Amino acid sequence: MKPEYKHLQAAHCENGVTTSLLQHYGVHQITEPLAFGIGSGLFFIYIPFMKVNDGPAISFRTMPGMIFKRTCRSLAIPILRKKFSSKENARQALDNRLESGHPAACQVGVFYLPYFPKEYRFHFNAHNLIVVGKEADNYLISDPIMETITTMTSYELDRVRFARGPLAPRGQLYFPKEERVVTNEQMKQAIITGIKRNVRHMLYAPGNIAGISGIRYTAKKIKKWRDTLGLERSRSYLAQLVRMQEEIGTGGGGFRFIYAAFLQQAYTYHPVDELMDISNQFTKAGDLWRDAAIQASGIYKGRLTEQQDYNVMGDYLLDIAELEKKAFKQLAETVKKLR
Amino acid sequence: MKKEDIPQDPSALHNVTKEVSYAVDENGNYVTELSTGWDVKIKALDVAWSDIEKKLADAKQKVLNNEASPLLYFMELKLMDIQILSAYTRFWKWQVKRHLKPRVFEKLSAKKLQRYATAFDVTVEALKNVNLNETGV
Repeated sequence: MKPEYKHLQAAHCENGVTTSLLQHYGVHQITEPLAFGIGSGLFFIYIPFMKVNDGPAISFRTMPGMIFKRTCRSLAIPILRKKFSSKENARQALDNRLESGHPAACQVGVFYLPYFPKEYRFHFNAHNLIVVGKEADNYLISDPIMETITTMTSYELDRVRFARGPLAPRGQLYFPKEERVVTNEQMKQAIITGIKRNVRHMLYAPGNIAGISGIRYTAKKIKKWRDTLGLERSRSYLAQLVRMQEEIGTGGGGFRFIYAAFLQQAYTYHPVDELMDISNQFTKAGDLWRDAAIQASGIYKGRLTEQQDYNVMGDYLLDIAELEKKAFKQLAETVKKLR
Repeated sequence: MKKEDIPQDPSALHNVTKEVSYAVDENGNYVTELSTGWDVKIKALDVAWSDIEKKLADAKQKVLNNEASPLLYFMELKLMDIQILSAYTRFWKWQVKRHLKPRVFEKLSAKKLQRYATAFDVTVEALKNVNLNETGV
């Protein structure tokens, strides 16, 4: 079983899986930025009552699984997603799919992923990859983070599919049910839906910990970290913020660059000049996030230790919040003009 | 970010993969480029690992002082917390907390120990006779 499969490397695993699978199933227009934008991937949230690896729970993107779901729904592509209670059933379902000559995506945990370097193996359970074939006991894996197709034994694959803990994948398998041709008109409408939803999430998310107000909330928190957490822990907290923002999977600048790329590609479907202008604003936002990361690194490298340095860091986030608010407000106006 | 500004610092991904970065070219159009890493986030990852090493050293000391059972050491070694360990072993969280006490741990049945050994990917022998004075259990 070795179907023809064109491996695609992407910045983010779920974007990559979505793009790669949809291309395989006949949607030739789809790209990583388009999948990200149609799936309304851009977000910000800081969950104060949750801890991840003893640090703050911060995310720059929408919930795992949503990008694939929304993009497929917007393009009217039927999907199948299934969880399993036993490893045997999970393996059988995957094998059946492969035998019929089709690839399938799996949600997996990173901790036991054999081809990942040890430094990156944390208990993070929302990684995505595509199984494209099987040779004897080896599964052929198209992991969007990797440059080429890799392999895993059935034991190794079982283990990552049944990783446990928060967001446990429970063998989760998903794929588009059938090949579909998507028209450019459908793409245009999907782009509009994706933008509108993203505007809503960033500007009008309830509470003060998500969207633009979440960025402001985090800014205020950071300014207090030095006093409330002490120097050592606040360094760890800032390092975690930077990892969530920049580590493999974000395309840089906490996904802001991918979103800017999405708006440029949206322009080819909707030639409205404002889209290019707003794209530039998101590039600026991404650049500012990266400047903030450099400031943070000054702190966690131990070079910057004063309260003033934390204030500067917090102010970066306030500036970013202002910039993104303006960009999304403008985007909300512009999207009304799109047809 | 401009294409020529994409950092190319040597990271732990070296020899494994390069990551896709999005940046604008000289005409302002978005392109993708592979990056080997960025010093700023390499340092952030270093901070995370030095935190882990510190916690591991603390755990080791607690086990040596008989303030905690060897489970604590293995839990930190495998980057787990009580929630994750409870999910892997199917024990309740309060049970895991109890088992972290040396006295309770000593009386654990072979069956229960096996559940921990499986979760940590070690043998029951290694769990019981962990020699913390040696490196790399």
